[in-house]
Amino acid sequence: MRVLTKTAVAGTLLVLLLLLFAAAMFGLGVGPAGLPPGEVWSLLVGDDAAGATADIVLRVRWPRVMLASLVGACLAVSGVLFQALLRNPLADPYVLGVSGGAALGGIAVLSFGSAIGLGASAVPPAAFVGAILTTLLLYAIAGSRGRVSATNLLLTGVVFNSFASAAIVFMASIAGLSDGANIFLWLIGSLSASRADVAPWVAAFLVAGLATALPMARNLNLLALGEEGASQLGVEVERVKRWLLVSTSLMVGAAVSVAGLIGFVGLIIPHLLRLILGPDHRLLVPAAALGGAVFLVVCDTLARSLLGGRELPVGAITAIAGGPLFLWLLRRHHLRGIRA
Amino acid sequence: MSEPVTVALSFEGVAIAFGKRQILREVDLDLRAGEVLGVAGGNGAGKTTLLRIASRVLAASAGRVCVGGRDVESLSRRELAREIAVVPQDVQVSFPFRASEVVLMGRSPHLGAFGYESPADIERARVAMTRVGVDHLADRSILDLSGGERQLVLIARALAQDAAILLLDEPTAHLDLRHRIQVLTLVREFAATGRSALVVSHDLSLAARSCDRMALLGGGRLIGVGRPAEIVTKANLRAAFGIDAEVLVAPDGAPLVVPRL
Repeated sequence: MRVLTKTAVAGTLLVLLLLLFAAAMFGLGVGPAGLPPGEVWSLLVGDDAAGATADIVLRVRWPRVMLASLVGACLAVSGVLFQALLRNPLADPYVLGVSGGAALGGIAVLSFGSAIGLGASAVPPAAFVGAILTTLLLYAIAGSRGRVSATNLLLTGVVFNSFASAAIVFMASIAGLSDGANIFLWLIGSLSASRADVAPWVAAFLVAGLATALPMARNLNLLALGEEGASQLGVEVERVKRWLLVSTSLMVGAAVSVAGLIGFVGLIIPHLLRLILGPDHRLLVPAAALGGAVFLVVCDTLARSLLGGRELPVGAITAIAGGPLFLWLLRRHHLRGIRA
Repeated sequence: MSEPVTVALSFEGVAIAFGKRQILREVDLDLRAGEVLGVAGGNGAGKTTLLRIASRVLAASAGRVCVGGRDVESLSRRELAREIAVVPQDVQVSFPFRASEVVLMGRSPHLGAFGYESPADIERARVAMTRVGVDHLADRSILDLSGGERQLVLIARALAQDAAILLLDEPTAHLDLRHRIQVLTLVREFAATGRSALVVSHDLSLAARSCDRMALLGGGRLIGVGRPAEIVTKANLRAAFGIDAEVLVAPDGAPLVVPRL
C-alpha cells in the first residue's frame, strides 16, 4: 500500500524548488542581452552589482522573475483550491470569472480611486474584494442547496467574464484612463507594466492564502467524497468553504492586481501535477505553488523574448496553452460522467 | 430475566420535512449495543434520511438523536465521526484517489491538524481492506472501480474509521450474492464485539436472516420494530409497500419473502 509520507512531500517540493531555480536562471539570463547561467549566478552571488549587465539582471529582470513566480504560485494554488471546493477539475479562477471580478475591483480603484484619495496601493485590496464578491455571487447564482453544478458554474463564469471585461473597458473610458494599451494588458494579462514595489504585497497575500489552505489540505481530500461524505468524516464543511473562499480571493486578488487576467495557469498546473503526483492535496497545494511559479516564469520569459524586441502579453501564451487543454479536459470529464 | 439493554444510538421523536413533504414523523427507534438492526421500507420512506439525521448531515425539525446518551448536536463533527461511521449507497469521487487512500480517509477523525497517518493508522487501514477482501484493489484508482468494488472499498473505509456504530445504506445493493453474504457476515462480526450496526436494506429475506431486529418504515412512520419473524409479515408488507407477498418460513425459521406478481 503506497502512502504519502512527509519525506516524499519534502523530496518532491525540493525537486520543484530546483526547477524554480532553473527557471529563474533562464528568466534572468534570457533577453536582448543574453547571459549564460554562469554569469547570471556570479552576478547574483557576487559583490560587484555595478555595470550595465548587473543593472539589467538585478533591476529589470529580477523583479519581473520575482513577480512572475509569485503570480504563478497564486493562480495555480487558487486553481487547486477551487477544484477541490467545487469538486471539478475544470475550475480555475479565470474560467470561473473570479479573476474578472478581481480585475473589475482593481480597475475601479485605478479609474475612480484618486477621487476618494485611493492610490495604486489600494489596487490589491480592491482586487481582493472584487474576487470575494464574485465568488459569493457565483455561489448565489449557480448554487442550489449548497451544491454547485459544474455546468451552471462554468456558464456563469463565462458570462461574468465578458461582463467584467466590458465593465472594465467602460470604466476605463469614463475615467479617461487614456492609456488604452494598459487596459488591454489588464484584459489579456501581462507583467510588462508591473512595478517591483508591489512584490511584497503579492508575497503577503500568497503567504496568507497558503497559511490558510495548507492546514486544511487533508480536509480538501475528504471533500472529494462530497460534502456529505466529508462531514461524516469529521470535516466542518461550511467552515472549510468559508476559509477557502477567503484564501482563494486573497491570492486571485494579488495575482490580478499585478498582472491582470492571466488565464488557465490554475487549470494547467494543477492538472499536470495531479497526473504526476496524484490527487493528494497535502502535496498538491504546495507543489502547485512551486509549479505555478516555474510555469509563469518560463511563460513570461518566452513572452518577452519570442518576438525579439517586441513583447507578447504572457496571458496570450498561457491561453494558447490552456485553451486546448481545457477542451480536452472537458471532453474527458464528459466521458467519465457517462461511464460513471 | 434478560440482561440490561445498552442503547448505542437512539432516535427520540424524530421528525423532518422537506418543504411541505413530511418525510418522517415521530420516529422512536433504539439501536442497541451489540446488535444488527435492519431498516426496511419503500423508496422515499425516509431510510436514508434517518441515517443523515444520525450523522448530522440533516437536522431533525423535531426530536433528537443521541449517541451513547449524548445529543449528536452537542458533539463536534470530529467527535461524532469517531462514534459513527457511515457507508453511503454510493459516492462520486471527484479525483482519482487510490482505493487505499480512500480507506485511509476513514482514519481522518483520529488524525492531527496536518493529517499524516501513523504506522498504526496504516495498519488499521490494511487490516480493514484485508477483512473486506479489497487489498488487491489498493493501488487502483477509485474512479476505475466497478460499483460493487467501490462499495466494498467504502465498507473498508468505514471499518478503518473504528467507530462504535456503523450505519450502512444499502451496503449490498451493488454486490453479487457471495459478496452480500461476506459483507453481512462482516457486519455480524462487527456487532459481535459489542458494537452496533444499522443496515438499510431492500432485501428483506437477507435482512431477516442477518439482523437481530428489524424496523419497518412506511408513510413516514415506524410501522414496527422487533424480531425479523415479527416484522416480516404479510400485513406489514402490505402496509409498508402496498404489495401482496407470501411470507414463507425457511427451515431455520427465518422468514422468506416471495412477492406475488
